[in-house]
Amino acid sequence: MKFAVIVFPGSNCDRDMYHAVKGVLGEEADLVWYQNSNLENYDGILLPGGFSYGDYLRSGAVAATSDVMNQVREQAAKGKPVLGVCNGFQILTESGLLPGALMRNRKLSFMCHQEELVVENNQTIFTSGYAKGEVVRYPIAHGEGNYFCDAETLADLKKNNQIVFTYKNNPNGSTYDIAGITNKEGNVLGMMPHPERAVEALLGSYDGLKLFQSIVKNWRESYYVANA
Amino acid sequence: MRKVTVYITLKQGVLDPQGKAIQTSLNSLGYKEVEEARVGKYIEMQIEDGPNLESRVKEMCDKLLANPVIEDYQFEVGEAVHA
Repeated sequence: MKFAVIVFPGSNCDRDMYHAVKGVLGEEADLVWYQNSNLENYDGILLPGGFSYGDYLRSGAVAATSDVMNQVREQAAKGKPVLGVCNGFQILTESGLLPGALMRNRKLSFMCHQEELVVENNQTIFTSGYAKGEVVRYPIAHGEGNYFCDAETLADLKKNNQIVFTYKNNPNGSTYDIAGITNKEGNVLGMMPHPERAVEALLGSYDGLKLFQSIVKNWRESYYVANA
Repeated sequence: MRKVTVYITLKQGVLDPQGKAIQTSLNSLGYKEVEEARVGKYIEMQIEDGPNLESRVKEMCDKLLANPVIEDYQFEVGEAVHA
């Protein structure tokens, strides 16, 4: 499977993401600069964390207007997996690929520690390797991870099983303890916690590994079916 | 050239922890009468005049300057200014 890790000016988790899929999983991956890029030949797209454009205006707002996001939209519409982590999640909400918005943490401070998450939905291409209700430990590292959406959107998210991860002990004030959601189709996942920083015992947790393994496994199976 | 001023505010009902911190701080300075503070953004632009100025500014707000999920905006188009 071939991944594109999109690099914006100010991305800083791009190498971690690259390492997770290439170094640990041994899949193909490229760091793809946001300008003059072509995403046609990639099977999956990873939007890494960081501070694209210095978080100017709103986190992810400027990156969301870049041409590469139109391409991400096109590839997502084809059903390819798209994962946005941290700033990547903020870019996905700002670009309208996912509903809601990420606001300042309730206590205003930047938070950087491990959090326990509950896998609410394991019927996705990202979480099929987990058990429903499984508790996993991923690091968080954000100042603006307070997920907000209105009541109507929340009802939709619940109805369509789009809430994939919730915090066990909500650190940032997120609506309904939401840590990660997918789009309605289920192939675009945005989450504040960092699975790519939890892929080796050395990092304190390898609970994130199954997320990347799930993506690859589901892609292989669909690829096999498509080419059988 | 026109001076255009955009005011962006959080929607009612959206929690504003920054505003809350400001209110608490003002209260502790003795300004007990402050019951609420909300933080917003103020953007000033110089824009070349044209027939669709207002509708184009509205587009700018919708597409980039404000996030309709959490924010409201209003703007003013000022008198012509000379660069």
